[in-house]
Amino acid sequence: MAELRISGVEKVYPNGFKAIHGIDLDVPDGEFIVLVGPSGCGKSTLLRMIAGLETVSSGTIQIGDRVVNELEPADRDIAMVFQNYALYPHMSVYQNMSYGLRNRGYPKDAIEERVQKAAGILQLDGLLDRRPRQLSGGQRQRVAMGRAIVREPSAFLFDEPLSNLDAKLRVQMRVEIKQLQRRLGTTSVYVTHDQIEAMTMADRLVVMNAGVAEQVGTPIELYERPSSVFVGGFIGSPSMNFMPATVEPDGRHLRLSDEARLALPVEGRRVEPGRPVTVGVRPEHLTLSADADSALAFKIVLIEHLGADTLLYGSASSVEATGEGGGLLTVRWSGHHTPPAGEVIRLAADPAHLHLFDAATGRRI
Amino acid sequence: MVENRPWLTVVSHLVLIVGIAIVVLPLWVALVASTHTGRDLLSAPIPMWFGSHGVDNYRQMLTSGMEHVSGQPLTLMLFNSLVMALSIAIGKIVISLTAAFAICYFRFPLRMTCFWIIFITLMLPVEVRILPTYEVIANVFTPLTRLLELFGFEGDEIVIAGLSIRLDFSMLDSYTGLTLPLIASATATFLFRQFFLTVPDELTEAARIDGAGPMKFFRDILLPLSRTNIAALFVILFIYGWNQYLWPLLITTDPSYVTVVMGIQRMVNVADTEPQWHLVMTAAVLAMLPPVLVVIGMQRLFVKGLVETEK
Amino acid sequence: MIKRVTFRHKWLPYALLAPQLLITLVFFIWPASQALYQSVLRQDAFGLRTEFIGFENFADLFADPTYLSSFHITLVFCLAVASISLGFALMLAVMADRVIKGATTYKTLLIWPYAVAPAIAGVLWYFMFNPSIGINAWILRTVFGYDWNHTLDGGDALLLVIIAAAWKQVSYNFLFFLAGLQAIPRSLIEAAAIDGASPLKRFWTIVFPLLSPTTFFLLVVNVVYAFFDTFGTIHATTNGGPAGATNTLVYKVFNDGFIGLDLGGSAAQSVILMIIVVSLTVVQFRYIERRVEY
Repeated sequence: MAELRISGVEKVYPNGFKAIHGIDLDVPDGEFIVLVGPSGCGKSTLLRMIAGLETVSSGTIQIGDRVVNELEPADRDIAMVFQNYALYPHMSVYQNMSYGLRNRGYPKDAIEERVQKAAGILQLDGLLDRRPRQLSGGQRQRVAMGRAIVREPSAFLFDEPLSNLDAKLRVQMRVEIKQLQRRLGTTSVYVTHDQIEAMTMADRLVVMNAGVAEQVGTPIELYERPSSVFVGGFIGSPSMNFMPATVEPDGRHLRLSDEARLALPVEGRRVEPGRPVTVGVRPEHLTLSADADSALAFKIVLIEHLGADTLLYGSASSVEATGEGGGLLTVRWSGHHTPPAGEVIRLAADPAHLHLFDAATGRRI
Repeated sequence: MVENRPWLTVVSHLVLIVGIAIVVLPLWVALVASTHTGRDLLSAPIPMWFGSHGVDNYRQMLTSGMEHVSGQPLTLMLFNSLVMALSIAIGKIVISLTAAFAICYFRFPLRMTCFWIIFITLMLPVEVRILPTYEVIANVFTPLTRLLELFGFEGDEIVIAGLSIRLDFSMLDSYTGLTLPLIASATATFLFRQFFLTVPDELTEAARIDGAGPMKFFRDILLPLSRTNIAALFVILFIYGWNQYLWPLLITTDPSYVTVVMGIQRMVNVADTEPQWHLVMTAAVLAMLPPVLVVIGMQRLFVKGLVETEK
Repeated sequence: MIKRVTFRHKWLPYALLAPQLLITLVFFIWPASQALYQSVLRQDAFGLRTEFIGFENFADLFADPTYLSSFHITLVFCLAVASISLGFALMLAVMADRVIKGATTYKTLLIWPYAVAPAIAGVLWYFMFNPSIGINAWILRTVFGYDWNHTLDGGDALLLVIIAAAWKQVSYNFLFFLAGLQAIPRSLIEAAAIDGASPLKRFWTIVFPLLSPTTFFLLVVNVVYAFFDTFGTIHATTNGGPAGATNTLVYKVFNDGFIGLDLGGSAAQSVILMIIVVSLTVVQFRYIERRVEY
């Protein structure tokens, strides 16, 4: 058990490519922190630097009270679960789990005890003599976890460990990993590109983009107060709607187009009139409105039934959405009784849930 | 096949059977001849069915050989061939495994130079360097003494810490000479290199996190994973070693080091008389048997080895 | 070329490479460089004096009719061995690809000659063509009225070693052709059948073109084989005779150097052989880089 401290860490590859631009991060003892971001954002590189599989170009990584920059992976007191599990194909489950302990010269009975204990926790009891290829995907995943926990390390490192599983198993293993981490209380760093996985598992998460940590916070903080257009769009599903707007001379409203105005949230009143902004609103915060003055005329183009609720895709008169919907806005409608496609409805946004970002920098205002 | 034309299938079987008959005929003739007496094989047409002297012929060849040509029993020749085939196969595999491991898993100065030096052996079969290689085998220190001469040292003695060492060591007529020079192998090194490149990097990383150093990784992970490749290569190299001809011809004069494949040549090339064909064919069958059994018994590994070494 | 994940160690990689490198340097690189060096020298009859003579050894070689005829024989020999064994193997592979029943038995019966040493292969056929008692010679005499005698007739002798060498190589070619045929997607053949192509037409318009990478690869391998690996076939049977009719380049370099002890001349022959291997290897590797693909 230990805290993990990352200060000013950078990664520059020999070819000059800068993968990580100075990251600072403190992970307190026992926290489950998730690094999330699109592929190529540097999250795996950061994890591999913590593991000692990549060299650190500058800055320091501290596990417990040791700076580990120059230590071999084996000496860092960490364990890692790989995306493809990296189980040794020619060894039995027992041998796979005990290999690290054997290399460290643990006595036989201590190894036996630890492996049996881990196997019990992970329900691998009957499988210890099998080879990895005789196991299902979920079982392999558990063996990879087992290999990590028998070592009783200071920190667990997970590199997209669920991405090779089918959707159903992924949900199940997500819960299992989270429960296991709670139970063991081991500091964990978990890398994923899946924002649902990130939201559901993390104590805190780090949203990374192009080698920079865009925002660090709890899932709810990130959902409620995204610090940039990138974080707003990345966290939450379906994705946040973005529209260009200007602040009206009265300083209390946003003008989306000639016909569409939205009331500014209280905190946004400090914005100077006339400033161009990007306004973000989540699909679940667009609601039916009777007020013709401050509402969007929304023409339904496509309806997706999810069961408990329904997604409506459509266009608002002369408003150009810039989010993921390809020019369309998304509305989450609870229940499945919706107006038919082609109909125009009027929508309003709760001012408390409007997010304003600078049109040029994308930073939160 | 695509359409059902019975006559095409019949034709296919016929062609195959005729083809196989042609391919198998030499073996048949040899087997039959090895069961007859020399007298039965004096005039054409020779018998095409087995005679009754098989046991006598095989016993004679195995225990005493052909008296008037070197007179070595085939048991000895077969043993020599076995030593040669096994040493070459195992030697090639061992030094190629370590070389490929070094080239794939380490960064070090002169890495590519080492790679090219090994590569060059592909282009230097024994046949293109017969005499100078013989010279080296006659005294393995030849290259060293010549280089010393270049730097002004004379003679074939060096003195290290008061000890005088004569730089003269001949490998002629020895098992070392028969095998050592043949175990350098670019093909095997490339094969293992090719295979190592397909081993997932995560396994290496996992092993590093599990505290395994390079040699431990090599022994615990890489070698067990290479098992089928090693076995397949062994089959090919065993046949290669067993069938060596020019090399033993060059460096052995002592009859007790004769291998079976080159020994037969002496039985055939007898001056001014017909060879004793029944005994020659007995020897030929015995010489073919081990590698043929290996190919048939380990057909799957053999095919794998053949295909992989050509990649 | 190298793994992404590597180990760090100062001397270990050199230690791992040392055996291979040492053997290569002592038994390959050094002798080859000696051959190069000696090819431009002349030694007097007693081996006492050597002098530098430039390319004179090479000039002598190409002025020597026996060397030129050896070149010619080698060429004929290589092409004949390659085309006979490739043609025969392709025919058998196509048939074996067609049949379902007994396919593995056929395969087993066809691959074993690979294991037979070239010298033994030579001896087997030498026996079957033996002018007085050989079964093949007897058939030729009684059925076709042809008096086969490879001890006197150069053409017969050359044909004998060609057949023996080609026979041994059929297994190898068969295996690669069969693998190549089985790699052709069935759907292509089926599409051609639906397009109305007869089996023979399908073979020439679909199968054979798709097989061309294999064929080309095998052609190179067969030429290399015929060039270098058939020394035993010749040495154990015809000994290069009669009257030099089976004196291939490799046989000649052995005979002039090891038996005749002509140092400079044999070194020059070695160098020419080296040039041939290098060019064949280059062809082979360029082929691997850019396989003839569709």
